[in-house]
Amino acid sequence: MTAEVISELMREHIARLAASGKRNDGRRFDEPRPLVVQKNYIKNAEGSARIQLGNTDVLVGVKIDVGEPYPDTPNQGVLSTSAELIPMASPNFEAGPPSPTAIELARVVDRGIRESKTVNVEKLCITPKEKVWIMFIDIHALDYDGNLFDAASYGALAALSCAKVPASKIGKKDYPLPLEHWPISVTSAKIGGNIVVDPNLDEERIADARLTVTTDENGDIRAMQKGLKGSFNLDEVRAAIRTSQKVGRGIRGIVQRD
Amino acid sequence: MEDIEHIPKELKLIDAKGIRLDGRRFDELRPIRIEAGVLKKADGSAYLEWGNNKVLAAVYGPREAHPRHLQDPAKALVQCRYNMAPFSVTDRKRPGPDRRSVEISKVISEAFASVVFVEQFPRTSVDIFIEVLQADAGTRCAGLTAASVALADAGIPMRDLVASCASGKIGGVVALDLNKDEDNFGEADCPMAIVPRSGEIVLLQMDGHLTADEFDKAMNLSINATKRIYDLQRDALRRRYASVAEAAAQEAMREPVRSEEPPREMPPDLPPEVDDL
Repeated sequence: MTAEVISELMREHIARLAASGKRNDGRRFDEPRPLVVQKNYIKNAEGSARIQLGNTDVLVGVKIDVGEPYPDTPNQGVLSTSAELIPMASPNFEAGPPSPTAIELARVVDRGIRESKTVNVEKLCITPKEKVWIMFIDIHALDYDGNLFDAASYGALAALSCAKVPASKIGKKDYPLPLEHWPISVTSAKIGGNIVVDPNLDEERIADARLTVTTDENGDIRAMQKGLKGSFNLDEVRAAIRTSQKVGRGIRGIVQRD
Repeated sequence: MEDIEHIPKELKLIDAKGIRLDGRRFDELRPIRIEAGVLKKADGSAYLEWGNNKVLAAVYGPREAHPRHLQDPAKALVQCRYNMAPFSVTDRKRPGPDRRSVEISKVISEAFASVVFVEQFPRTSVDIFIEVLQADAGTRCAGLTAASVALADAGIPMRDLVASCASGKIGGVVALDLNKDEDNFGEADCPMAIVPRSGEIVLLQMDGHLTADEFDKAMNLSINATKRIYDLQRDALRRRYASVAEAAAQEAMREPVRSEEPPREMPPDLPPEVDDL
């Protein structure tokens, strides 16, 4: 994240392991860390989920409220995603306005949800041009051990999947948020010439480049984001897409399960 | 891509003959014009028109990095600020950075970080400023392409230029370089930037809906297009330095020979003049 001192020993250690097909936590290159999803974690949120991806711990809350639609989409509900990287989660996070890292995180998660039309926003219109339901997805990193992109995006999806539209506020019956797709993001990191999935913090810190690919239940690509200062060649990008499709299937099953 | 609501049902982004609303075919770029060295104060600069996009890029540095705690004792920082002028879009954009421009600035900075020889300038910053004066979709690619020329114009040592272009999908067809309407009403947009000689992809983003095969097609369109863009970038730099050389030559012609002054004595150990720079 911010500039920090990385042990040269650790850098060499991880690079050497990668060169011989191994990782410092014993996983295969295409093996994500264990994922634990706890839905409805926060009672006062319309939807919420706590995600543990290995030692990375993220809490995502969805608040749903009545608001005005955008003028160019008068019959559609509104989606808004923010992320807070609170100082509790890492010695490298600082209090204050959202950093470029937090903004990128929120926008990449938002893109995956939005572009795959996860929520049917047309069903969130109350009075066209005047009142619609607004969904606020708030990502709260609690413990940062690498790959916030995926943990936050699973959290956002899980929280949406258990969210209720609080229609009792306007004299109707509450109803579940109309969810239609299950986009799953899978992030790959390039270490030396090797590509590993779901990088832990040690791997992320020495990675040359990062690629997040979000695919839907048909394996189609819905969003992508390359990050960090290195590069990928076209074959590596193709491989990352295939990995995302494959790994994403398993993860989708876990997020869908209650 | 958000305002699907008011698409006229009959609006066809690409017709049966494969012709787009602005008359292009699926694999055609909009006209691009690049001029290097357009600003006086900046160490390097470039102006670029790409269809209806108008973009200025300026480079300052390497100079002392501020704030100082950001300085890297081993290398230079590459810091980009992408900014849209309030009048560059149909509805006035509130001045200053929004979340979108913060993200774009970040990915463009990262795209250049592996190309600039940052090890040569520890503790410094190479600052890239991109101003979008008129926007018509594809501004990050236009800005990055211009910034690359500005970096070269500033004499920043680099492994290569970076060329950038987007492809997407409109009316079910994978197509190159989407304009504003195509971006708004199309199905996907995928901007990328590449180091042309090595084929390294240094920026890649995508939103919308593409199958893996369609993504491949889109990338191939973009990669082919960046070859042409790379030529335009190099042309702009050649023109810039041809005109500098010409001006220097004319200056030399105009210099009157002042015969009353005795020729200055040369120090004896001066190496022979090199004139094949």
